[in-house]
Parts: sequence; structure tokens; C-alpha cells
Amino acid sequence: MQFMPTLTEAKPEAALSNDEILRYSRHLIMPEVGMEGQQKLKAAKVLCIGAGGLGSPLALYLTAAGVGMLGIVDFDVVDYTNLQRQIIHTTADVGRKKLDSAADKLKAINPFLNLRTFDTKLTSANALELFREFDIVADGTDNFPTRYLVNDACVLTGKPNIYGSIFRFEGQASVFATEEGPCYRCLYPEPPPPGLVPSCAEGGVLGILPGLVGVIQATETIKLILGQGDSLVGRLLLVDALSMKFRELKLRKNPDCPACGTHPTITKLIDYEEFCGIRGVEAPVAAGGDVPAISVEELKKKLDAKADIFILDVREPHEYQICNLNGYLIPLGDLPKRVSELDSSREIIAHCKMGGRSAKAVAFLKQAGFAKVSNLTGGITAWAERVDPKMPKY
Amino acid sequence: MPQIQIPSPLRQYSGKQASIDIPAKTVGEALTGLVSQHPDLKRHLYTEEGKLRAFVNVYVNDEDMRYLQKEATVLKDGDTISIVPSIAGGC
Repeated sequence: MQFMPTLTEAKPEAALSNDEILRYSRHLIMPEVGMEGQQKLKAAKVLCIGAGGLGSPLALYLTAAGVGMLGIVDFDVVDYTNLQRQIIHTTADVGRKKLDSAADKLKAINPFLNLRTFDTKLTSANALELFREFDIVADGTDNFPTRYLVNDACVLTGKPNIYGSIFRFEGQASVFATEEGPCYRCLYPEPPPPGLVPSCAEGGVLGILPGLVGVIQATETIKLILGQGDSLVGRLLLVDALSMKFRELKLRKNPDCPACGTHPTITKLIDYEEFCGIRGVEAPVAAGGDVPAISVEELKKKLDAKADIFILDVREPHEYQICNLNGYLIPLGDLPKRVSELDSSREIIAHCKMGGRSAKAVAFLKQAGFAKVSNLTGGITAWAERVDPKMPKY
Repeated sequence: MPQIQIPSPLRQYSGKQASIDIPAKTVGEALTGLVSQHPDLKRHLYTEEGKLRAFVNVYVNDEDMRYLQKEATVLKDGDTISIVPSIAGGC
């Protein structure tokens, strides 16, 4: 089966100057691109959601390839933990808006680019209007609410959704929401309940992985514009960098799909935070949920006063190696079978990186009959920020 | 024997194994066998009512079991079952 939706017709205003002809020479000498294809690229308008891990290679390659108009939606600021994979940003950009940082690099690569930056969070209120200005949307977001928002807005506006997603060593890519092909909801009708699937901030991600997957997204975007080759419409590409295996699965358009089926129930954008169970984005647990909590300052006072405290560290062993509070290490997943190692008569303070996992540990221990147990609010990260600035943050 | 591929987000519940051979005649039997060997996986694959979760897709080779005979899909020797949960990371 061959799926290659046609998109842009080359417009007369997309004629190439001599400088552009020289720049795109290696495209122009291939019959699959040629003058016609390059003019299609110049006439194309691509909206990139996010200027992060996937957005970096996407924006860089689309710009270099000669896409005429590139929009980027992002409201974030560059931080040090981004630099391991978000290759559009440099060390000197830390603290700058990702949009400003990206704009500098993209303009330097290709001054012919018409760059449109949107310094905003993509929401149900602005998505449709934004998408209507573009031909193709490339999804480089990092959370479930925005994934479903991008998909539904693409279906409603009839724009192809170039999808890529990553976790640790694995990635997925496809092209959704074309007229004849399936959408993201055909594949996954509902998001996972909050907390069940870890985010990259929790689970980590190999730095090259957004490169691999983002370049696949850029490739699909360019093929769609050119109308060449077989697109990923109707196929889910799975990338496993650890075994270096690429597999593909068949995707079908679900006639009962609430977004793109024969009788769609999603006829306007909804509240995606609510749809994904409010906490679609993993955030630090502010007050440790509903469990007893202690602040890092209070813990410091207790330790200074030599109070009898048992610090339980529920992170993973490799996190313990980065930094620790000299606590007793039982990873959250092992807690049920190792609970007998703990003394319920002592005061136990549980911590993790940010306070989320240890809140679960405290809730579990409470249920198991531990009375004197509390959660360190903000985890070891809060300790590093407010008590011991020499401690590394990760 | 059919082989079940475990995606990395779920490997922490499968004793870190990336693939597990399970003797089974159908997809349903294979999944039941899997969660009985690794009970921690159950809560991640099934709802409390015992239904497969909506964000977990099960493929037999490259075909979604929803478009085969679902859990009743008959397995042949050498078939690969893939569990493909949704992931959202990108930044």
C-alpha cells in the first residue's frame, strides 16, 4: 500500500534566486527533488511544536533543506540539563528563551528562512488558529496532554501530524491525521493514567535518541512536501537504539475513532489536562501529596540536633551514586518485598529525587502500619538547592 | 514457542528482561502466562476490571491484535508478540 498525500503545489513566488540555486545544488541535481521539489519546499509552511530534543534536529534540518516558512511554538528557557540532547542550544544560551536561541542558529544556517516564533504554550484556545496558517505540523512535545491536543487539532484542521516520541533508548515515529490514514487516537484512544508512564525527566533519555527520531520526522516532513517515496502513514516505526533495531507495525484507521472515525465525537478541542488526568506532565510533588511531609530545612535541623532519624532513599542505585544523603537505599519498586528491613519503631524520612516516588513509598508504608514516616518535600533536589549547594543536581 | 517483547518502560516489572518465551496457543494465554510469571506487570497492562489498558497495544508480528481475533488470536511457533505502550517524551 502506498500512501503519499499531496500537499503543496509550487507557487510562482517560490521561484529560486541564483544564490538559492547554488545553496540547494545537491537537492536540485536529484530528479526526486529538482527545481520543482525545491520550489515546493520553499512554498511549504511547517509548524514545529517545541524547540527541545525532537524540535532541535527537526528545525535545523528543515531550515537547511530550504523549507520556506518554519513556525516554532515554545515557551521554555534553555537549562543545563537540555544540552545533552537539544543540539540547537549551546552552553552560552542557558537562561535564554529557547525561541531566541533557536532563531539565532536557524537564521545563521539559512538566511532565506521565514521564521515565525510563537512564545506561548500550545493550548486548546490557540491551536486551531495557529495550525491553519501552516501545511504540516511536526510534534516535538514531551507530554500526553499536548500530544492529544496536537493530534485533535491536526484532525480538525486537516493538517498532517508528523509524530515522534522517545523514552530512554526507544522511539516511535509515524505520520498521523492525513485524510486517508489513521490518527494518534486510532493507535492510542486514551492516555495512560498519570504516573504510570515515566517522563524523560524521570526515566532519562539517551542524548542521541531525539536526534535519530527527530531526523526521521524531518525526513517524513520533506517527503510529504515533495510528494516522494512511501510515507509512514499507516505504519508505526519503532526504533530501539540499544539493540539498533528498526521495526514497523501496521496502523489502521479506526472507523470508531472518536477524532477521525466515521462518526467523530471530538468536534472541537477539549480540556486535555483533564482528559489526561490533570497531571499529564510530571511535576515535582509540592506538598508530598496527601502523606505526612517534612521540609529539607526541618530535616537539616533534626540531623544537626542528632535526632534519631532513619533516612530511606527510594531512588535507583545509579541515582544514589550521583548524590545521596547517606540514606538506606531501597528502590521504590523493591519496597514491598524488602519492607521487613525497616524498623517501624524509628522515625523514617523517605526521599527520592523530587518527592514523587517517596510520597508513594510513604503512602505504602503508612498502609503497612508504619506510624512515624514522612516524605521529604522536593526530595534531594530541594536539599541541594536550599541546604547543601555543593551537592550536584541532576 | 511464542516470544513476548517487553518495551523498556515495562522492563522494570519483568525482571529486566527484554523478551520472554511463553508457551501459549493464543495471545490471551500468552499474556496471562506473562503476568502470572511477572505479577508486577499486571497493574500496568490491565485495568482493575481486568481489561487490557487503552494505552497498551498488543501486536502479533506486525499486526495489531484488535484487527485479528484479539485475545483469541491463535499463535504459531515463532510468532512474536509485542507490547507497545504509548510514550510521550520528546524534549
